Order: sequence, then structure tokens, then C-alpha cells
Amino acid sequence: MIEILFVLGLPVAGGLVLAVIGHRDEAPAVNVAVSLLTLIAAAALTVRVIADGPLLVLDKQFFVDPFNVFLVALTAFVGFTTSIFSRPYMRIEHEHGRLTVGRLRLYHSMYQIFNFTMLLALLTNNMGILWVAMEAATLATVLLVSLYRTAASLEAAWKYFILCGVGLAQALFGTILLYFAAERLLGAEGGALLWTELNNVKGSLEPTVLSLAFVFLLVGYGTKVGLVPLHNWLPDAHAEGPTPVSAVLSGLLLNVALYAVVRCKVLVEGSLHTAFAKDLMMGFGLLSVVVAAFLLSRQKDIKRMFAYSSIEHMGIITFAFGMGGPVASFAGLLHMTVHSLTKSAIFFAVGHATQKAGTQMMDNIRGLITLSPMIGWGLMLGTLAILGMPPFGVFTSEFLILTTAMRDQPWATPFLLLALGVAFAAVFSRVQPMVFGETTAKRLPLRPAMAPVFVHLALVLMLGLWIPPFLADWYRQAARLIG
Amino acid sequence: MATLPLYAQFINLFAAFLLLLAFAMLAQRRVLSLINLFAMQGFALAVSTAIVAYGTHQSHLYWSAGLTLVLKVLLLPWLLHRLIRQLDVKWDVEGLINIPTTMLVGIVLVVFSFNLALPIAQLSHTVTRATLGIAMASVMLSFLMMITRRKAIPQVVGFLAMENGLFFAATSATYGMPMVVELGIALDVLVGMIILGVFFFQIREQFDSLDLKHLETLKENE
Amino acid sequence: MTPTEFASQLLQLGLALALAPLLVGWINQCRAWLQNKSAPSLLLPYRTIRKLFMKDAVVALQASPIFRVAPYVVFGAMCCAAAIIPSLATDLPFGRAADTIALVGLFALARVFIALAAMDIGTAFGSLGARREMFVGFLAEPALLMVLFTASLISGSTSLPTIVDVFAHRELAIYPSLAFAGVAFAMVSLAENARIPVDNPATHLELTMIHEAMILEYSARHLALIEWASSLKLFNYSCLGIALFFPVGIGVAGAGWTALVAAAPVLVAKLAVGGFALALVETLSAKMRIFRAPEFLGTAFLLAVLAMLVNLLLGS
Repeated sequence: MIEILFVLGLPVAGGLVLAVIGHRDEAPAVNVAVSLLTLIAAAALTVRVIADGPLLVLDKQFFVDPFNVFLVALTAFVGFTTSIFSRPYMRIEHEHGRLTVGRLRLYHSMYQIFNFTMLLALLTNNMGILWVAMEAATLATVLLVSLYRTAASLEAAWKYFILCGVGLAQALFGTILLYFAAERLLGAEGGALLWTELNNVKGSLEPTVLSLAFVFLLVGYGTKVGLVPLHNWLPDAHAEGPTPVSAVLSGLLLNVALYAVVRCKVLVEGSLHTAFAKDLMMGFGLLSVVVAAFLLSRQKDIKRMFAYSSIEHMGIITFAFGMGGPVASFAGLLHMTVHSLTKSAIFFAVGHATQKAGTQMMDNIRGLITLSPMIGWGLMLGTLAILGMPPFGVFTSEFLILTTAMRDQPWATPFLLLALGVAFAAVFSRVQPMVFGETTAKRLPLRPAMAPVFVHLALVLMLGLWIPPFLADWYRQAARLIG
Repeated sequence: MATLPLYAQFINLFAAFLLLLAFAMLAQRRVLSLINLFAMQGFALAVSTAIVAYGTHQSHLYWSAGLTLVLKVLLLPWLLHRLIRQLDVKWDVEGLINIPTTMLVGIVLVVFSFNLALPIAQLSHTVTRATLGIAMASVMLSFLMMITRRKAIPQVVGFLAMENGLFFAATSATYGMPMVVELGIALDVLVGMIILGVFFFQIREQFDSLDLKHLETLKENE
Repeated sequence: MTPTEFASQLLQLGLALALAPLLVGWINQCRAWLQNKSAPSLLLPYRTIRKLFMKDAVVALQASPIFRVAPYVVFGAMCCAAAIIPSLATDLPFGRAADTIALVGLFALARVFIALAAMDIGTAFGSLGARREMFVGFLAEPALLMVLFTASLISGSTSLPTIVDVFAHRELAIYPSLAFAGVAFAMVSLAENARIPVDNPATHLELTMIHEAMILEYSARHLALIEWASSLKLFNYSCLGIALFFPVGIGVAGAGWTALVAAAPVLVAKLAVGGFALALVETLSAKMRIFRAPEFLGTAFLLAVLAMLVNLLLGS
């Protein structure tokens, strides 16, 4: 229980401290330190949960089981590495004159607050608080996306706010319906929104209400996951915000939103005993995969392109959780992990690449390998990993998902294969000249923070070759919970 | 007709009033009147919540009503008024489609949400269950308003009105959500509003206008 | 048909014919008073009608029989309507023969004939007025129907006497749907009776007229009938409003002679209040441009539909 308090308290304290000192030179270091401490607390929490089993504390308001503890660890980890990456990145942005010190303070403070909202959304047992945390995360990221205060970033932030605001309003309505269904069984004394309580009585929840609630919840949280056709905000927010923000959006926020959907799906499946929730999730997932893959090929902005790639992968994961079953859920969880690691690594590399080239337009970025071999190789390997090349972990999870789909949902496999092929062709043909082409740009004197990129990629590689038994065990437990 | 207790009749009256206001907002051309209508809607919501609290002896709903009164009748309209004064906004609200068409679409939405709410309302045991359809309809109408308006402030008012509808849904279906959640929601709305206020200034600084047609440059394959 | 029923039917029709011009006079008086003008005599409409009946009619050379027949049809339709609407009692033999839909049909019949007659002569004003009248009518009629349907839904019948019986007997309860329907009905009545803000009964400015433009070619007894019919129309609408929304005091089924006699002063009092309210509305509002009329009536329609929907949902 003390770990939970630390996991949640540290980012809040960090956010408050950085709100005061975020403009000073030592702020990035403080940011890294707070993130590191959060990671340590999260690791301690993870160890505790693995050793003692699920945790239900503080008047049942917080609940930790294998499913969310794994996401907590992942969130804290990516939060930590991103803070390392953002140290040189934001300094260069500041030196380029794109950010004032005031904005830096806002950035550092909001970064920690954003981490807090993510962790709160993961740890809370209360579906209402989950909604509140998601909305707070939206607000924090709106400020982060609009950090540059350019016309485009304001537009992206506005779109993001309105779309996600509307989406989350739907989710709130779904939550109200859920509460309505549960209140009849559990009474009004606050217990009716607790996920664990709901899970206990899910068999007797009213199916009509739950199916309607699920539609609203899926549409609502699905907007944040970036599921087609509710994805419009996602490429803009990724392209126009600072790159560390793109990294945490793709690596963390989408995961957490999907986590919310899956939690709801567990309840609905338990109540309905039909394939309703499954079919909806598979449909949305598949649609996202296919649409995103075809839109990928039309992108000119590198961050937009990888944003579409995030939509595609979120579609794959949603599809996997939609199929359900031990293998698919296992693969979905694995894919969540490797996608977050790979995508944030790519954004780290992309961030430095765009800083070097001075543009986000892919046609103007050439010959990264000669400019800086580290960035070039980082981007190349990251791209290969995200496209599902063996021996990276993405390959393993996609392979598992595809084989399960072939067995359980054969109709979907051609679409998946087609989309993956199109995505491969589109992304690889764009990245290859960027890395290996001729360049006219002169070398800029800057030392990129490439350690996070290679740490992430090494982890993804490891997960592709060998999943540590404790991790596999843990995924299996989580997959059993999801069903 | 089984006669309802008097307080339930009053709740129905205010619910109908809420729906009427949602339509009035949809039809409104002037931005100042729009904000006043929003404040009136908040007032209707607060009063009906208080009546539910009185009729059903749910004391936490008094808090909820008070919260609505302070936040949605006083604070947010005041903020919006201030914003308009400071930004010197004088324009009318422009719609993407003309108002009669919007109204017709609105009626269709009302029928749709009444149909959607009917099976749920039958399961409920609250005296206010019939108003769930109205709550749903006002959510839908606010949604429509957000879609059909191209200026920033009407969109935000639509967003806030949607929140009103959701609050009403929570009150009518279940006598309100747990207090923690309601407080959280209120806080989010308030913070969101403040952020948007800052945003308006930024947008105007960038574009010299709050017309959202300037915010349509980010498209596919530019 | 019992003698009571027959008597109440006869009495009601007579009362309508007799009181309708007085209502117009009363409204004019109130309006003049509210606007600080010196009022014309309360009996002026009667004198006008008498004067017109004494004159010789002038009819255009090209006029077809429709032009001659129209005033009688219009007047007849209004008399029938007056016989259907329970203003004094619900024991009406005619009321059972025709329901609310027939009532709207009667109003529509009158409208069609007066528009046809206006176009018959072929003057520009007549056609213009007819077009505008139909324009207003096509929006006002559905709204009126929706209002009547709402009342029918609540009472479970489309027959006007039954509706009034149910309304007069029900327990006192709040009906949001009736409140909406009432506002919608008031708006439709303003439009249908060519009052401000849709039309101005006192003007002959060619660009703004609707009703007056249609009857420019009429003279003498034809004009008298039309004037009488339009005051009857206003009277009918007022009585319909009273019957639907303030039914207290109307003699319900089987109430007998005393109720019938007692109902008359109540009706006169209610009409006086209603007329004053109409004068007040006309004084406070300005006539809107004709192109705004669709919006005005659209709002009325919307309110009426909302009334019906709210009634279906809330059951009240």
C-alpha cells in the first residue's frame, strides 16, 4: 500500500515542485530524478504484487492485479526513459528559440502531472475516478500539445480537446449507465462503481443496460485509443506537439485508454454471455488497422506517419483483445509492451532526426546515417522492429495474433495481412532514403540522448527472442483475467 | 394515468424545460444569449436536482445541486462573459447548416434517444426514470450543436451543455453518482474551462479571430 | 338528440355569431388603450358589417363563380367550426359528428377558397396574398395538428367534446406537454388570424399584407361575410384555446341547463382576458419580415412536436 502512495504521490509532488522551479537549469534533472523514483516505486509495487497476489487497499479504492501492475511498470519505465530523452531534446528546442523558459516550466510540470493521471487511471478501482483521470490526462496533454503555441499546434490541441472531450463525455454516459445497472444490485453506498465489486456481480448485471453502456464506453475511451473513425485528433496531436509528448502519447496514453476499454469489456462479457463486445472490438480494431495502413502511405510528415502507425497497432491490439482467449490476450499484452517500447524509441530517434534536419517533412530529411550514425541506425532498427521483422518482439506478438486469427476468425486474416503488407511497404520505402540517402545538411554539434532508444530496442529484441519466465507467467495471469 | 407525487411532476416540468432550453440553444444566433441560455439550463438542472433531493431524501444531492448552481449558473457563465468582454467578441453564431434543418435533425435525435432510453427507464426504480430520455436527448442535442457550429465559444458552450445533460442523466437514472466522482467531474470541467479560456487568447493572437475555419489546415496529405 | 343538447348547440352557435365582432372590437379597444390612442367604438365591427350589407356589390368582369361562392363557403366553414368547438358545453350533437382533424380540415377549406378567390381576379396583390397565405398555412397547419394530437394523446380521443370532458375532470397536475402545446397553439393562432407579428390586420401596405391583400377585390355583402368570417375565426381559435387549456367552467356532459347558463358569463370573461392578452402581445411585438415567418412557425411546430414527444415519454 505504501508503494501505491509513492507511485501516485511522487509525480504529484514532482509536478508541484517543477511548477515552481521548472524553468531553472536543473529542472530536467529533477524531472528525470522524479521519474526514476516513480519507476523504483512502481518496481517495488510490481514485486509486491507478484509475490503476494492482487492488492485491494485504501477502502477498496485502489486495486492492483497482474493486468494493471504490468502496465504500471511499463508506464513508469517509458516515463523514465522519455524524461531522459527530453533532457537534451528540450534544451535544444529552447536554444533554437522555439520555447521560452516559461513554457519549459509548464512542460516539466505537466509532464509529471500527465504521468500521475496515467498511473491513477491504471491503479484506481473506481470506474468514476478512472474517467476523471482520463479527462485530467486529456487536459494535461492539451497543454503539452499546444506547447509551441504555433498556429498548427493550437489547431491540433483544439481538435484534440474537442474530440476527446466529446468522446469522454460518451464514456461518462457509459459509466453512468454502468453505475445505474450496478446500483440495483450493490446499493448506492459507493460500491457500485468499484471494478472489483462489479466484477463479483457481473453475471447478474442487466444485459440491456450493459450492452448500451459498453457501446458508449467503447466509443468514449476508443476515441482516446485512436480507433478509426474517431482517430482524427491523433496524427495532429502527435505531429504538432513536442516529440517527447508524442512518445508518451503513443507509448502510454493509448495503452491506458485501451486498458479502460478492456476493463469494461470484462464486465460486459460477464453479463452478456454473447459475442457482442468481442465483435464490436474486433470490428473497430480491424477497421483501424486497415484504414491506418492505407493512410500511412499518404503521409509526408514523419511524426504523422508514425502516429498512423500507432493507430494501426492499437487496432491490432484491440482486435487481439476482441478475439479473447489465452493466446490472443497474451499476444495482445505482449504487443502492448513491445509497441510502447518500440514506438517511443522511434519517436526519440525521430525527434533528434527532425532537430538535425530542421524539418518534419520526410522529403527534406536525407542521409541520417552520415549525419549521425546513431540516430540513423536507431531509426532504421526501430522501423524494422515496428514493422514486425523478426527477431524483434513485435514479430512474435503479431505472429501469435495472426495464427490465432487464422484459427478463430479466419475471415479477418486476409485483411490483417493486407494491412500489414501495405504498412510495411509504405513505411519502409519512406524511412530507407531518410536513413541512407544523400544529404546536403551539415552536421550539427549536438549530443543526442540515444541511450533510451537502444535500451528500448534491446528490450524489444529480447522479448522477440526470449520472454523471461516471470514475465510470461505474469502475462498469462493477466490474460486469464481478461479472458 | 397514475398520478405522480407533486415533486415528481415538478421534476418532469423542469426536465421538459431543460429539453426546451437545449433546443433554444441550438436555434440561438447570438453568442451572449447562448451563454444566458446555458446559465438558465444550469439553473433548471440545479433546481430539479434539489427537488429530487427533497423528494427522495438523498441529502448528497443537495451538494450536487449546490455544486451545479455555483459552477454552471454563476462561475462558468461569468467566466464566459468575461472572456467575451475581454476578447471583444461581437459576432453572431454561425452554423454550418441552417437552423430549421438543424431543428429537424434535432427532433429526429430526440425521437432516437427517447427510444434508446425507454428500455432502460423501464428497469429503473426511481420516480425520475422517465426523464432519462430527456437527459439523453439533451446530450445528443448539445452534441449536434458542437458539430454544427464553427466558432470556438459556441462549441465550448455545447460541450458544457453536454456535461449538463450527463449530470441530469446521472440524477434521473440513479439519484446521482458518488460524491467523489461528481467532485472530480466538476473539477475537470472547471480546469478544462480555464485552459480553454487561455486557449482562446492564444487562438486569437495567432489568427486574429475565433473562427474555427482557420483551424482547418491540418488535413490528410497536405 | 335531447332538447338540452339541441339547445346548447343552438345557443353556442348563436353566441359565436353574435359575440365574434364584439371580440374584435374589444381587442381594438384594448390595443388603442395600450397605445395611448383614442379608441373606436366597441361596436364598430357591427356597424361596419351592417354598412357593408346595405351596399351594392361590385364584382370584377373576369370573376368566375368561385369568386362569388367563396365568401359563403368561408363563412359556412367558420360557422361549422363554431358549432364543433365546445365553448359553452360539451353536449354537442355536431361535436360528435366531427373530430379535431375535421376541424383543421374546415379551417383548411376556408383557406383554400379564399386563396382561390384571391387568385381568381388575376390582380397582382391577390396572387401575392394567396401565395403568402398558403406559405403560412403549410407551416401552421401541421403545428396545429400536433397541438391537437397532444391533447388527443392525453385524453385518448380525437373528439373535441371528449377531450374537454377529460380535461375538465382530471386531477390538478402539471403537464409540461400542455405548457409546450399551449405556447405552440398561441403562436399558430397569431399566424392563422393574421395578427402581429406575422401579419398586421390594420395595415394596407402592399409589401407586408397577407390576409388583407387577398380580400382587396371584395365589396359589400361579400366583404361583410368575409369580415364576419374572419372575426369568427378569431373567436373559434380563442374558444379552442380556452377549451383545451382553460376548460374550467365549461358545462361538461350531462350538466344540464344551469351549467349552460352559468358557462356563458365565464366564457365572456375568459374571452375578455384573452383579447386583452392578444392586444398586449400585438402592442409589445413588432411585425417581422415575411421571410422570418417560417422560423416563427417552425418554432411553433417544434414546440408542438416536443409537446407530443414529452407527453409520450413522461406520460404527462
